Amino acid sequence: MTTFIIRRIATIIPTLIFVSLLIFGLQQLLPGDPAMILAGEERDPTVIAHLRETMHLDQPFPVRYLYWLRGVLHGDLGESLRLQQPVRGLIADKLPVTLELACIAIVIALVIGIPAGVVSAVKRGTAWDYGANVVALWGLSTPNFWLGIMLILLFSVTLGWLPASGYVSPFEDWRANLASMIMPAFVLGNAIAAVLMRHTRSAMLQVLSSDYVRTARAKGVLERDVVLKHALRNALIPIITLGALEFGTLLSGAVLTEQVFTIPGFGKLIVDAVFNRDYAVVQGVVLFTATAYIVLNLVADVAYAIVNPRIRVQ
Amino acid sequence: MLPSTAVGEESAAGPAQTARAVPRSKVLRRLLRRPAASIGLAVIAGFVVVALGASVVAPYDPIATSFATVRKAPSVAHWFGTDEIGRDVLSRIVYGARASLLAGVVSVLISISVGVPIGLLAGYAGGMTDMLISRVTDALLACPFLILAIALAAFLGPSLTNAMIAIGISATPVFIRLTRGTTLAVKAEDFVLAARAIGNAPWRVAIRHVLPNIVPPLLVQATLAIAAAVIAEASLSFLGLGQQPPQPSWGSMLNTAKNYIDNSPWMAIWPGASIFLLVLSFNVVGDGLRDALDPRYS
Repeated sequence: MTTFIIRRIATIIPTLIFVSLLIFGLQQLLPGDPAMILAGEERDPTVIAHLRETMHLDQPFPVRYLYWLRGVLHGDLGESLRLQQPVRGLIADKLPVTLELACIAIVIALVIGIPAGVVSAVKRGTAWDYGANVVALWGLSTPNFWLGIMLILLFSVTLGWLPASGYVSPFEDWRANLASMIMPAFVLGNAIAAVLMRHTRSAMLQVLSSDYVRTARAKGVLERDVVLKHALRNALIPIITLGALEFGTLLSGAVLTEQVFTIPGFGKLIVDAVFNRDYAVVQGVVLFTATAYIVLNLVADVAYAIVNPRIRVQ
Repeated sequence: MLPSTAVGEESAAGPAQTARAVPRSKVLRRLLRRPAASIGLAVIAGFVVVALGASVVAPYDPIATSFATVRKAPSVAHWFGTDEIGRDVLSRIVYGARASLLAGVVSVLISISVGVPIGLLAGYAGGMTDMLISRVTDALLACPFLILAIALAAFLGPSLTNAMIAIGISATPVFIRLTRGTTLAVKAEDFVLAARAIGNAPWRVAIRHVLPNIVPPLLVQATLAIAAAVIAEASLSFLGLGQQPPQPSWGSMLNTAKNYIDNSPWMAIWPGASIFLLVLSFNVVGDGLRDALDPRYS
């Protein structure tokens, strides 16, 4: 197992190097002098001089990259020009809000997606199956920012049950926190529920046609137990990997969802940074997201190898 | 999301090995036999006709303001109502279809024209070339689709063209990976080995023998990727990074509409419904195409 983990870690190192090169390379897309652009509209000569010095703009690209990488490896993601704060601190401030949103969204996705996938597979070819597939297609095709606006129209404007926007910390008032998070989390979980449903259905169909399930049925095991204890337990194994892969979807979705519901999280941080041309924040957020995604994939692979020893051998 | 899942490689990879088992003449017939896919194709065709004939179909100029008709509810004069500066919502939706379809098709063309040759090279050449391309692809795939598109659009500057480039680049790694995977499968087939054995140059074998046989899964992926690209363009325009005002785009219309949701809900309902309908149609056609290309679903 240790060899597997070491080998797996070794494979992510080149990926991380390419990710860092890609993100640093984004600066090259800026037309003209990066220091002039990064200094914002005021073009303060002091700021420009400071940027030239800190970004080593008089040096060639590889040297600048190595300087930047050294900073990143020491936890220095640069400084927000607008907020005059380290990017690392900004990410640390905003991340808990987005993580809370993502956790509630995942719970909603699991509660909808897995039962829908199981029912769809067990009742294959019936109205239940078609119904579940329609729900999945709905989830995959609905733009989450539109769904958010429609939910605000229904639950906030028309019924007045939930707040249309804003965020309350769970440490201040957990009820108000839940009320402010339930709509955005549903919006975010909706698309992931559709993906989970499709994967669960496909995995269940495969498992339900396997020999050991046929044997269980032949032994007279109750159909409910065949489905829940024999089939579902094995069908759920690939969902571990899927959970990690959906992390990217969650963060992408959070960008728009947080914008619609005015939630001060990670997604809103990158959008605000884009509009304020705060490029260090944009780079920091993308780097953090990509690294988190790679590490989560590694964790998922290791977890998968623990529950499925054949992976280790391969 | 994004429908990043809609651009997932598993979605199209299925028919890779079996594609040649279904004669191409049968594919369209099989596709049209599926009611959902047929309706989806008809809806897409409808949107294409509306987008191409926007100047004829739209009842009003999409950017003409009228302070006498600010935020009017749907009526006989304005079927979908008017917006915050009196512009006809239906006309803006009709013209917005152009931006959405253009972004969907052009960005996927960018992804294909970059991703397919690179994927073919990686799969066919193998060795260090494959390793290097695969690592770069992994790096691109590690950045969530929309976040990468936002970052690229932010650095390139906000415009529809840059949004299309950003979406195209962000969707490219999926095509690289899919092309590489299917190339690896096809290059081990007897007919490819035979083509090499008679002395064809490697590039000729790749282009004349491998490429035509990996088209079906790419076609499925392209259809699903257009759906994802339409949502991505709407998302970027919603954030202000796509089509710039006053030119109409469904995403930017929704961005404005959210500020008037309490008393002018029609401003949000129709653009969102249009995105949903177009994306749903592409997803349904993509699913239908995948089934039509797979002999197991005959």
